[in-house]
This record gives sequence, structure tokens and C-alpha cells, in this order.
Amino acid sequence: MAQQGTRHGIWPFGPRKLRGADIPHNKVTADQQTTCMSLPSTIVLPMQQHIGAKCQPQVAKGDHVDVGTLVGHAEARTSADIFSSVSGTVVEIRNIFYSNGDTDVAVVIEPDGAQTLDGSIGVPDISDYQSLIAAMKRSGIVGLGGAGFPTDLKLDVDFAHIDRWLVNAAECEPYISSDYREMMEHADTIMHGLTTCLDLSGVPQASICIEEDKTEAISFMKKQAASDPRVEIAVLPERYPQGAGHVLVHNVTGRSIPRGGHVTDAGVVLFNVTTMSMIGKFLQDGVPLTKRRITVMGDAVAHPQNVEVLVGTPIREVVEHCGLAKEVRKIIVGGPMMGYSQVDWDYPIVRQNNGLLVFSEMGMEKPRTTACIRCGACISSCPMRLYPREIQNSYRRGDAEALDKLAADLCMKCGTCSYVCPAKQPLTQATRLACDQVKAARKAARRAAQKKGA
Amino acid sequence: MPHPEHSLTLFPAPQILSGVTTRRIMATVIAALLPALVAAVAFFGARALLVVAVAVASSVLFEYLWCRLRKLPNTTHDLSAVVTGMLLAYNVPSTLPLYMVVIGSFVAIVLAKELFGGIGRNFANPAIVARIVLSVSFPVAMTTYVAPNLALSDIDAITSATQLAPSAHAASPFELFLGTQMGVLGETSAVAIVVGFVILVVTRTITWHVPTIYVGAVFLFSVLTGHDPFVQVFSGGLMLGAVFMATDYTTSPVTVRGKVVFALGLAVLTCLIRFWGNMNEGVAYSILLMNLLVPYIDAHTADVPVGVSREKWKGIPAGRFARRKDNADA
Repeated sequence: MAQQGTRHGIWPFGPRKLRGADIPHNKVTADQQTTCMSLPSTIVLPMQQHIGAKCQPQVAKGDHVDVGTLVGHAEARTSADIFSSVSGTVVEIRNIFYSNGDTDVAVVIEPDGAQTLDGSIGVPDISDYQSLIAAMKRSGIVGLGGAGFPTDLKLDVDFAHIDRWLVNAAECEPYISSDYREMMEHADTIMHGLTTCLDLSGVPQASICIEEDKTEAISFMKKQAASDPRVEIAVLPERYPQGAGHVLVHNVTGRSIPRGGHVTDAGVVLFNVTTMSMIGKFLQDGVPLTKRRITVMGDAVAHPQNVEVLVGTPIREVVEHCGLAKEVRKIIVGGPMMGYSQVDWDYPIVRQNNGLLVFSEMGMEKPRTTACIRCGACISSCPMRLYPREIQNSYRRGDAEALDKLAADLCMKCGTCSYVCPAKQPLTQATRLACDQVKAARKAARRAAQKKGA
Repeated sequence: MPHPEHSLTLFPAPQILSGVTTRRIMATVIAALLPALVAAVAFFGARALLVVAVAVASSVLFEYLWCRLRKLPNTTHDLSAVVTGMLLAYNVPSTLPLYMVVIGSFVAIVLAKELFGGIGRNFANPAIVARIVLSVSFPVAMTTYVAPNLALSDIDAITSATQLAPSAHAASPFELFLGTQMGVLGETSAVAIVVGFVILVVTRTITWHVPTIYVGAVFLFSVLTGHDPFVQVFSGGLMLGAVFMATDYTTSPVTVRGKVVFALGLAVLTCLIRFWGNMNEGVAYSILLMNLLVPYIDAHTADVPVGVSREKWKGIPAGRFARRKDNADA
């Protein structure tokens, strides 16, 4: 099927929801219970498992660590502490490479099998909202939908203009079902985390936002939320990318996040559903984030499933647990739309990963790029109502003025334009580059204006 | 066991792409054009098939030769030349001498398409340009229609007018809809074109807006000005033009608002030319004229990106057609 359509569905009237594109969901793992895997032989903890700067290792080779021992300390504001997920010995502190060429330092731990808890761990004492933020600083929780934004920083907002607490359970990425399993298996901790946050922040209303095709999760969460009149379930269209912040906020509240602004500028806060659950769990037992659920899928996997993995488990061991059916040619960390391909078998699962896709042949051939036929599929499916085709042209011309006019900085790199393009043009890649360029230019312009003013 | 020697591939996101290619879109359009071909063969005999075959073959050949001569990658595999060839054949009478068909293919492929940069860069629909060039160059041959084989009522053998001409035999709306009337090869059977329209919309190759609004507006204007709306809608090139040529990606606007403006413009021009003009080809000329306005329609009907306030939105630049401030000295 081609993707000619309108940005608001076939019918041009009524509420103008942002839609995106029809992308097959392929969520075959959604109905299976999460499995656990045996203790891995090594744990690799990179010092960047969040959006901000790298942590500083707090352990040395030969040190003994327990589950929950601080391994990496966050110095930057947008970083979060990293904790050991096993008890064992630090065997090495080494460099590792990201698939984009960046390097990082990683603490390698050999588990001793005892899994003893660090002595400092205790149930956090929460009395008011500030103590909740302080507790979250010690939790190692970051945005678990993939962004990796530290939760304590996200909680640290001025609630004067906030009237709604949004929980993102859209999980729009194809293949991935880990958030869905979180709802089906741990609805209690989700609700605990959410109600505690609502109590302490004073936000009057919360919405758990779920795509309309997940009917079981919708009715299940409705039952769970029935006891709290503040919490409602919001149903989103079954389209990619409903889980993207701008799209979700627009479709649930009708407000838009202003260009260059933050989600709180729309009067809402937005948390991933698994993050919410981890907050609830941390408030109950005080154990920092050391494990998470990931969806392992792909045609090369013998037994696709959701697995609970310790943070730092090498990809190799996760794949061994699920079994291989075919020769592997491509590994994707995250979902197929926004995830990145990984070429290192020993690279670990980090805390913001939600999926691991292992493929034999799919997408192996570089798509043949043909001439743009100006079909407009990229434009009519862009969830931000951008003009990927024009952005790509302007970027190639080096026309910075046009890129600013086209608001290229609003791109959130969801990949929809490249996906729908019949000419297989690298629209997402071009727009991503244009986006960075415009963002840098606008930042420079703001700074220059400030200097002038000062 | 995972094998460390499995070499893994690196690719930027998104890691999956849809199976839709230009070739598949063109194949869908060809499929949507087939009902009209069946109708044409039923009404006008094997000669119709011959005209289509010559038009397709010569279009593909011209594109191939152009690519060879200009040392460009061969683009005939995208099937767009086949679509252009079919549309060109649908726009000429089944009696047209074959050399004229070949001239039409040359105009469509070389003059209208390749000289402007090939697929996606033509300023107007190639088949429309070819139809206009042929009808201006060979007015008699282009209006020599034969009576359909399956006529429901008695029609004089060879005449030189469609139902739109005042002297024509009056057909019933049902005959018009079925297509047992005189006209160019592919445009007579409204029902076959409607089937094609449904195929295109269901496969989401096009949206419903342009054809529906264009035809609907012509119907409405006909009623308002006292013309027979069924004759206006079902005869002449309106249905064929609205479904297959006004929806050409390259030469039609991209947003819904743009499509509405485009379709209404088409309807107004078509009615002006048909009711008060003195030439044939009302649909062809209106599509050509509106094609030229598409960059401007696109620039002024752009959607505002999410998060940009309407006041601050300056619209999208009209590309190479934009008149730039730094263009002139003074």
C-alpha cells in the first residue's frame, strides 16, 4: 500500500489529530509472559546510559561491588548515577565503541552469583515532593522509553502551570512490546508510582495514553485506574509515531509544544509507562534500576520473547538465551524506526534500551534510491507537519534561511518520511542533519541577542 | 550460539522501509488504467489496443534512448513511461494514424518530461502536453471518432464531435456513464474510470479529493448555468483527466487545502472553456494551466508545523519559482 493520505485521516473535519503512517506492528511477543535469564558471565556498564555527559567511574579494578553499589557518578545535570546490577568483582575498566564511532568508558564486572544487596539500600523516606526528587537522584532511573532523560531532573519542574500528568504507554515502535508487558504484569507499581507523584505534586489529572489497537491493555488499565478518579485512559490512533512527545501531547490535550520549547510549556509532564512503574517499584523497595524488560525479536531469533535482563548484559548472552534460528546479519538496539544498528556482540543492554532485534537478511541490501517523484508521502505522513522533501532540497542547496523557514529543528527523527518514501530517499538522515544545523544556528542567534541585550 | 564471525551491518535509522517503490506505484496506476482499456477495446475494437501498444512502446523507447544518449541511468524500469504511454493513447481517438501517436510520445517523454529533468521534475503532465500538441497540430485526425461497436442506440457512423458538440446525437445519461459514446480512446467509459478511481483510492495511491471535487464542481456549475450536468461530467475528457491526470503527483499540490484549491481552479477553468470558449480540450487546457500554478498553490497552502504559531509561520519557500529579494539589483 502506498501512503497517500492526509495528516488527519481521510475525513478532513472533526478533531485534527496528528496521525503519521501505517506501519505493520509485528508485536508477536505481546501475549507472552516475560521470561528471566540466568546470570550472565560478565556485566558491562558503560558510563553513558542517559542523554547527558558521561558518568565518572567510582570503582577501581579489583573492587568488590554489590547489587545497587554506585559504579558511575553523574556530575552533569542531565546525567544519572549508574549502579551495579550484580554482586561481584570489577575485573576491568575499558574503552568501548558506540556504533556511531564515539568511545566510552565501561566498568566490567564478573558476577559472583550471590546477588547480595548493597548495605546502603533502604526504602526511601518520602514526605514531600522535594524528597521524592532527592530519592529519584539515588534511583538511577532515566526515561525508559529510549530517551534516557534523568527522571529526577524531569520531576524537577514548576507545577504552577501543569494541569496534567501524561503517561506514555503508546509504544508505537513496531516489534517492541515491553511497555505493554509492563502494563499487563506490573499495573500495581505503575499505579503506585503515578498516584504518589500526583499526591505529592498536586497535579489534578493524569492520563495513561495507549494506542487503540491494544484493547486488552486499555480495558485492564481502566480497571486498575477505576479506584482513582484523577486517572483516566486516553486512547490514541493506531499509527506510528503516537508515542512521540509532540504527537502524544497534541493528540491527548489538543495543545502543542512550542517550537524550541519543552513539554512543560504545554502544561503537561510526560513519563514513559515503564519509567512510572520503576518509580513505583523504587518507592516500595529502594533498589536502584538494575534490570529492565526488553523485547527480543527478529527473523533470526528462534524464540522471540520479552526478557528481563540485568543492565549491562552483553547482547551475545541475551541472544543466546533466546536462541538463534539463522545466521545474523543485523542487530538493532531499540525499535526498527528509531533504533540504531549495533555491530559489537559484546556491547551491553543499557537501561534505556527497550528492544533487541536480530535479523538475518531483512534490509541487508542498501535500498536503491531513485528520483523523487514529488508524491508528497513524506509530507502527508510527517507527524510534525514538516516538509521533509523541501528540507532535504534546502539542506543540499545549503540554504540555511530556507531551513529555518521550514522549521527543520522541529524534526524528532521518527523515521516516518524515509519509511514511506517510494523513491527510498534518505529523508530522515537529511532532515536530522538539517535539524542539528538549525538548532545550532538558533542557539547562536539567541546567544548573540542576549549579548546585545546585556 | 551467536557466531562472532557473523559480520553485522551498520545502517542509520529507520532500519525498516516500506515496500512501496515508484515502480509499484506505477504498476498500481497501470492496473487502475486497465478497466478503461478493456472498455476501449470492447467499444473501438483491436485498433484501440494497437494504439495503446504503439504509444507505450514508443514512450518507453524514447525514455530509453534519452537515457542512453545523455548517458544517464536507465529509468525505464520505474514504469512511469508505460503510464505516460497509456495515458497518451487514452487521449487520442482510436483512428489516429500511428505516426501521430509516436509524435505524441516524443512530445510527452522528451519535450515535457526529460528536458525538464525526468520523473518528478516535469512542470506539467506529459500526456496532457502531448494531447494539446497533437490536437493543435492535427485537429482533424484528433477529432475523427468512430461509433462504438456496442452502441445501445443508433449512432451515425463517423462524425466529428463528442457529446459536448452541439450537433451531437443526444445520448442518455446511462449510455454516457457506460461509455457507449464517441470520444477519444480511454475517456468514454465513465464506469471503467470510476473502477480505476476506486483502485487508486483503496490502495492509497491517490486521495479522493481532487477527482471528487473537480467532477463535483463541474456538475454543480453545469446545473447553475443551465447545462446538462450528465453530459458535462460523463463525456469529454473530464473523468479521465480528473482521475488520472489531475492527480499526477509531480504536478498537483500536496496538502488537502492545496488539492481543494487546485480542483476548484480546474473546475472553473474547464467550465469557462467549455461554456464560453471556442475550442475543444477544455479539460486538457485547464489541467495544463493549473499545473503551472502548483508551486504557488503549494507555497500558499502549506500546513503550519506543530508548535509553530500561525503568526510566525512564513510559509514554505516556493522553491525555484520563488522570487527572491536578492534577485534584482534595484
